[in-house]
Amino acid sequence: MSEQLVVQLMNGLLIGFMYSLIAIGLTMIWGVMNIINFAHADFLMIGMFTSFWLYTLYGIDPIFSIPVCAVLLFVMGWLIYKYLVSKVMTGPALAQLVVTFGISIFIANTAVLLWTPDFRMIEKPLLYGTWNFGTVQLSIPKAVASIGSVLVSLALFLFLRKTKTGKAILATEMNRSSALLMGINTERVNALSFAIGSSLVGVAGAFLSMYYYIYPQVGGTFGLISFCIVALGGFGSIEGAFIAGILIGIVQTLGGYFFDPAYKYAIVFAMYLITVWIRPQGLMG
Amino acid sequence: MMTMGKLTGRQIVFYTVLFIALLAFPLVVKGTFPTHVMIMVFLFAMMGVAWNILGGYAAMFSFGQAAFFGIGAYTSTILLMNYNVNPWVGLFAGGVLAALMGAAIGIPCSNLRGHYFAIASIAFAEIVRIHFNNWKFVAAAEGLSLPLLPESLGNFMFHSSKAPYYYIILVFLLLSLLICRYISTNRMGFYLRAIKESHELAKGMGISFVRYRLYAIMISAFLTAMAGTFYAQYILYIDPESVLILPISVQVVLVAMLGGAGTIMGPVIGAAILLPLSEITRVWLGYKGTGVDMMIYGALIMVISAYQPQGVWGFLTSIRRSAK
Amino acid sequence: MTAAPCLEVEGITKRFGGLTANEEVSFTVNQGEILSIIGPNGAGKSTLFNCITGFYRPDAGKVLFRGKDITTASAHKICKLGIARTFQIVQVISDMTVLENVMTGTFLRTYDRKKVREKAGEILRFAGLYEKRDFLGTDITIADKKRLEVAMALGTEPTLLMLDEAMAGLTPVELREMIGLLRKVRGNGVTLIIVEHVMEAVMELSDRVVVINSGRKIVEGVPAEIVRNPEVIQAYLGDRYHA
Repeated sequence: MSEQLVVQLMNGLLIGFMYSLIAIGLTMIWGVMNIINFAHADFLMIGMFTSFWLYTLYGIDPIFSIPVCAVLLFVMGWLIYKYLVSKVMTGPALAQLVVTFGISIFIANTAVLLWTPDFRMIEKPLLYGTWNFGTVQLSIPKAVASIGSVLVSLALFLFLRKTKTGKAILATEMNRSSALLMGINTERVNALSFAIGSSLVGVAGAFLSMYYYIYPQVGGTFGLISFCIVALGGFGSIEGAFIAGILIGIVQTLGGYFFDPAYKYAIVFAMYLITVWIRPQGLMG
Repeated sequence: MMTMGKLTGRQIVFYTVLFIALLAFPLVVKGTFPTHVMIMVFLFAMMGVAWNILGGYAAMFSFGQAAFFGIGAYTSTILLMNYNVNPWVGLFAGGVLAALMGAAIGIPCSNLRGHYFAIASIAFAEIVRIHFNNWKFVAAAEGLSLPLLPESLGNFMFHSSKAPYYYIILVFLLLSLLICRYISTNRMGFYLRAIKESHELAKGMGISFVRYRLYAIMISAFLTAMAGTFYAQYILYIDPESVLILPISVQVVLVAMLGGAGTIMGPVIGAAILLPLSEITRVWLGYKGTGVDMMIYGALIMVISAYQPQGVWGFLTSIRRSAK
Repeated sequence: MTAAPCLEVEGITKRFGGLTANEEVSFTVNQGEILSIIGPNGAGKSTLFNCITGFYRPDAGKVLFRGKDITTASAHKICKLGIARTFQIVQVISDMTVLENVMTGTFLRTYDRKKVREKAGEILRFAGLYEKRDFLGTDITIADKKRLEVAMALGTEPTLLMLDEAMAGLTPVELREMIGLLRKVRGNGVTLIIVEHVMEAVMELSDRVVVINSGRKIVEGVPAEIVRNPEVIQAYLGDRYHA
């Protein structure tokens, strides 16, 4: 019994690391420009499909798709910011909410049109199979994806804290007007943050494609979960998103295990609502 | 911007002609599809008006109206199927239940504004959907087929023609518009707009923002649930995928926003544009699978929110203002 | 003018974490008076203001309004009881007209739409804003916004009106107009408490002055005395200028 618990905990942790990577990009975008990118998880989907097609058509393993996804989503994010998102920054709050919804619907359905709603899977990634510790089984692709996510998250931390550009982003996140006064081109920081955030989630897509079903609507649930993670961690807080991602991964897995797998997401959302009631600013907000 | 104010002579003529045209529509136009489209227009216009009370006036951007829609639909249907309760009574019960659920979720969310409220509303609606999808009592994902009652107004069911449904939903819409107008020109409307500006300001003016936000949610939930019951009685089949999903909530927001959030007639205009578009593209291009209809939809949303966020009403108002 | 105190503040203490923003602040305001609360930046004036009006809950002490304990009352209830306030950063409802803004205040006391509109009109005339009644809240000058704030507060028919730095950022002409308006308000029987930095207004308007420094009340008296008080001078100008 307790062995099962350990397995579930580990699974929760592994999922959690993935969630963290997805949420970090989202919270960065929020922190810098106060926009909730509803299309964030659809970028995840694009990352997953990019990896899938590279594998299916050219035999390229997901591990090597990572840089491709990173660059592709970076460019996509930059363009979407430049031609759509930047236009709503000065408009009513409702427009800001809705425009990324529109992008989400557009991207998801373009994917349906191009690739059909069918579920796909990468059957045999380079690193596949399971590790066995006695009776405990650990899925290797999952482990690789999770470790990879942690490494990428770490890379982002370092980038933000150690590089000049990264610090400019942090400064804008903390206080926009001061950053402007300091000579930081906040418009460029916006575009860069949106692009980096998109790039991160694209990479997460590449990782996720190693073991998860790939289909156009996959953004749906991941999207809402990542909002909950961001809100739980505290909007704008990258450390918060990291911790909250792990927490939610564990809650989801344990909740599904102890209660009812069909309700595992409902439990996550309920936890979000409770948190927001008790502590509206989140863990680290 | 909010109130309609006194109508000019020209506007009175316009609205009267429009009203007569709407009354005559199902009798004059051939075929059931146009009438169906108009029914959907009125249905979503009504939900848009209900949304406005929350999102347009009080800045409580709800992306979870589908929850109330579904609660209304399921309540009246279960009462009818299991307990033989008349659908009109079920309509009222559904509204009350939705209002209570709205209040229940409104209390923990009473401090949330803008984006935060939006996400909470989605989380709430998804919890409801997931639950209904797994709840045996409401037949979970299988859905419910309404029993076929003899055709009559008292039974809220008609089989030979869509016209009675058309008139009923038109009456519902007019009722909603009247309620919205009443709110906007009386204390509640003023208070909601003060709350929209700032909770602090509202407190300073003696407004209990918690209480008024709850009123807004409850009224909005009641009206949206009414729409849900209508839908059930009209389509005669409901399941979580048709009444509790996020796209319904998003469509409601779009209808209100396209027409002009925070205006009384805005949602009507928005519905008049969006629903024919979505119904027609669904029939011509949709046939579940290709997603082209939704693609066009998404593109439309992107362009409108980026380049004309004030919506049609806002566009017309700005023309009128610059013409003065 | 009766002798019954309008507001009694007794031993108000408020802490934020390790910082004590208000410590044992006590004073009384009589009906019909104009009392100013002054002090250097960071002295705790706004905290005190918020403790009295129900926006913060004090950690210790009492606030009595016309004999009634309102220490733990919520902000909107306090407004209903008769204390109205303005905000340091002026807040009016941006997408409503000037008239509608005041109507929002008047709606507190009556539900009747016609009466509310009439009363609001009267208040606008009183405040000198009637000609601008159809302008949107965002479209008027800062000085007009401040007057509008006062008008909105008057709509709630307060017994006590509290103003948070209402004179900040006004030109000399606007300052005179505001002083004139507040005199008129007091003339109507409303008691006034103003938190202020602009000494000209303090000297002209106040019957009495309370000086706050580092969270404590250091002295209380008529304006002429306060200005000469060495502790006050020291608080504002620092030790070097101690007379």
